Amino acid sequence: MNFGDNMARYEAIRDIMESIEDELVVCNIGFPSRELYEINDRDKNFYMIGSMGLASSIGLGLALAKPNIDVVVIDGDGSLLMNMGSLVTVFANGPSNLTWIVIDNGAYGSTGNQYTYAQVIDLVDIAKSVGFKDSHDFKDIDLKEIIKSEDASFIVYRTEAGNSKAPIIDLDPISIKKRFMRAID
Amino acid sequence: MDSTIAIYKGLKDIGIDFIVSVPCVNLSKLLNKINEDEDIIHVPVTREEEGIGICAGAYLGGKRPAILMQNSGLGNSINALKSLTELYEFPLIMVMSHRGTDGENICGQVPMGVSTPKILDAMNFKYFKPSNPEVTYDNICKSWDLSVEEGKPVSILLEIKYW
Repeated sequence: MNFGDNMARYEAIRDIMESIEDELVVCNIGFPSRELYEINDRDKNFYMIGSMGLASSIGLGLALAKPNIDVVVIDGDGSLLMNMGSLVTVFANGPSNLTWIVIDNGAYGSTGNQYTYAQVIDLVDIAKSVGFKDSHDFKDIDLKEIIKSEDASFIVYRTEAGNSKAPIIDLDPISIKKRFMRAID
Repeated sequence: MDSTIAIYKGLKDIGIDFIVSVPCVNLSKLLNKINEDEDIIHVPVTREEEGIGICAGAYLGGKRPAILMQNSGLGNSINALKSLTELYEFPLIMVMSHRGTDGENICGQVPMGVSTPKILDAMNFKYFKPSNPEVTYDNICKSWDLSVEEGKPVSILLEIKYW
């Protein structure tokens, strides 16, 4: 047990959340949501409990429905690989209020750190080739500026594989939804 | 009533203002109507499954979403419909061109077409199979409240002979 125990993604999420103020956050299934819940639970966080791959899709629908509110998606490399079409759909719709952050640890972290094909490709380059003007490595940018930028943004946070000991979220899905929707109003 | 207008009018009357789609030839007139409607946000998607996620996000943002697709898209969306739409009780209207039904001339549509109602039964999702535009309009008018009440998607299956 505790295969690949370390705080790599946990630190990444903590880094990201330091730039978050009023934004709506949609967070990927599994350990990412568990770790976000432990680091900074807030009403404006939507935690995914199922449907791997759809974080960016949920974020896109939300960003199009609420064009005056900034939306930040915390995704993962394995999840992105499961829904690559979303790169095209998000770019084509181009919501300026959407910032899509992929924590790329080259692993399916929540299932035991099996490697992903993200290890042999460059996600920043792929997003650029799709057309994203704001496609960057996290270490090269000021996240607060990117969130406020006029284009849909795609950011890759590269880190090591590993999971913290964050527990399973003790909110039920309906409560997560209702709390989130109340926070928008 | 025209077969396309019945669907469009039904969706408008229940307040649908956000539509994702993967096209079917039988939905083409309806998709044109939706593209011309400035009060509806229309998001064509690459695959139906991502559309289910987009609809969930749109509902979180206060919209009333629907997905337009072929029944083949149901197969592409099953896990999302269960572990996102049903899990969080997101209302959703699914208007499906039901291919592989009586009059189908493409054999590739038949296996999924035959299984579609059985899949919806197994998923424990309610659906309507209206045979004419008047019934379609009536069914769509009931679908949103039913979806909210059930906490599950509600489907409208439109067989080939409907068009």
